[in-house]
Amino acid sequence: MTRNLAGRKALRVQTPEGVIFNLRVAGVFTRFLALSIDLGVITAVSSLLSIVTALLAIVSIDFARALSVIAYFVLSIGYGIFTEWHWRGQSWGKRIMRLRVIDASGLKLQFSQIVIRNLLRPVDLLPFGYLLGGTISFWNRHGQRLGDLAANTTVIYIPESFALNTQQLEESKYNSFREFPHLEARLRQRVPPVEAALALDAILRRDELDPKARVELFGEFANYFRLLVPFEEHIDESITDEQFVRNVVTSLYRQKSTDMQERLFTSGR
Amino acid sequence: MILDLKHFLRVERPLWDELEGLLRRMEDDHATRLTLEETRRFHYLYDRTASDLLRLGTFAASPEMAGYLESLVARAYGEIHETRDARRRFRFFNWVRREFPRTFRRRIRAFGLAVALTVLGSIFGAGLLRLDPDAKDVLLPFAHLMGKPSERVAQEEQSRGRELTGVKATFAGELMTHNIRVSLMTLAMGMTYGVGTVVLLFYNGVILGAVSYDYIQDGQTRFLVGWLLPHGSVEIPSILIAGQAGFILAGALLGSRQRLSLRERLAAVRSDLVTLIGGFSLLLVWAGTVEAFFSQYHEPVLPYGVKIAFGLLELVGLFSYLTFSGRRDNEDGEGMS
Repeated sequence: MTRNLAGRKALRVQTPEGVIFNLRVAGVFTRFLALSIDLGVITAVSSLLSIVTALLAIVSIDFARALSVIAYFVLSIGYGIFTEWHWRGQSWGKRIMRLRVIDASGLKLQFSQIVIRNLLRPVDLLPFGYLLGGTISFWNRHGQRLGDLAANTTVIYIPESFALNTQQLEESKYNSFREFPHLEARLRQRVPPVEAALALDAILRRDELDPKARVELFGEFANYFRLLVPFEEHIDESITDEQFVRNVVTSLYRQKSTDMQERLFTSGR
Repeated sequence: MILDLKHFLRVERPLWDELEGLLRRMEDDHATRLTLEETRRFHYLYDRTASDLLRLGTFAASPEMAGYLESLVARAYGEIHETRDARRRFRFFNWVRREFPRTFRRRIRAFGLAVALTVLGSIFGAGLLRLDPDAKDVLLPFAHLMGKPSERVAQEEQSRGRELTGVKATFAGELMTHNIRVSLMTLAMGMTYGVGTVVLLFYNGVILGAVSYDYIQDGQTRFLVGWLLPHGSVEIPSILIAGQAGFILAGALLGSRQRLSLRERLAAVRSDLVTLIGGFSLLLVWAGTVEAFFSQYHEPVLPYGVKIAFGLLELVGLFSYLTFSGRRDNEDGEGMS
């Protein structure tokens, strides 16, 4: 099963140019929440429609009732098709939950795919409450229900535009690790991205923590990093766990020398 | 590779923002067409962002940034590498005249299977009722079909269709929506490798056979034909087309005699399925209207001869439409299933 850096289900696509990207597949629970929002929207719109059709009862009660029956049917069947086509794979629920339906090959979503994934919903609903579709989606490596399998689609999370705050790190004090470039190199090699980001986050939010929790958290981080890269005692014996973690994070994110920058940004351009 | 993250962001981020702006423009409006210059720029931005993603791949510091770039590259990749014909304009009359009947003919074997199962079900239903008349309670779960047919006929002829006065449009709406839902279920059951589609078509046949036998053995053949034919001549073929679509789906899942992957097989049948869904839905709108406004009137209001003639006319019309419409033009793949 393909998983992303955080160990979650991911859709892996390799482009003809050799670029590989992993898109995080939406979980069953999040999809269920999006579906609940969509059902709420359908209920609200159908209530509005019934008010409008009720007004037509002045002309003909029979006609108003017929219109109400047909309008509810068109709304319940067509809502997903219309919104996902209009918003490129998103309904109201999916927009709120930051989800999007995409082609499982990474290509552009086609109308026929949207129609099939929405109209095959009845079989996913069996025997009740999406039990079949939910179970299949849970075990499927791309989180696909039966409708998604037939349409070759899947639902992914949309990552938010990120904001990397390294300002506070630059203001940090002297980093004793800079005197040991081989250890810094090992840190960059061995520290996984997720843990690096977690440590950065912990440093940036350290003032929000209780004193006791702060000591415990940075103690755990420091022990973890020491396991990944063993430091000689004299290097870190005189600094606290928090300073140790801070040094690690600064080493991971710090600015490199000018010649390295030039090599990076002039090559291949 | 060791990366200076701040410098990297300062240089590259404006380009990512520009790519995102272009993508948003294309995604917000389906009709957006980029100029040649914009297309070149779009391609350049895609290449550059993809290379940024590659560069970031070995860097351990920012999963959020990697996720964001992956999402950007994925969206741009979809736009650039899509070669399927998605921008063809939908023309309704062309679809009715050519596409639907051609698709129906191209997949005629699946339709044949749907017909065979329904016929088998009908024979089974009629045979069962002949052997065990008490099975009627189980076979026909409809209150108005429980009694003796001749009694119901007398009652219907006496009421002169008055019971539907003021509710015909509602009845038509309910019939349309119910029948389309049943048909969609018959299609969707194709995902059970066709087992569910087989069961639904066979069961439909059982009911049809049992009702027909019940009325025929009670001497009410004219009423039966006059009652069922006006809407049944369109409704029954529509449900069979839904079954046809279900079997096409099941065929793609089973993949007999094909060297394509499951994904390719499903992709190959997808547009045909959508065409058939559109086709049977339209036919069921017609059938629902006829059933509510025409089928429920009997003699002496409406002579059975007229109703039967109307039904036959529809049947011949539907048969001719599905057999001949769009045939004169160049028709690729006719006869394949």
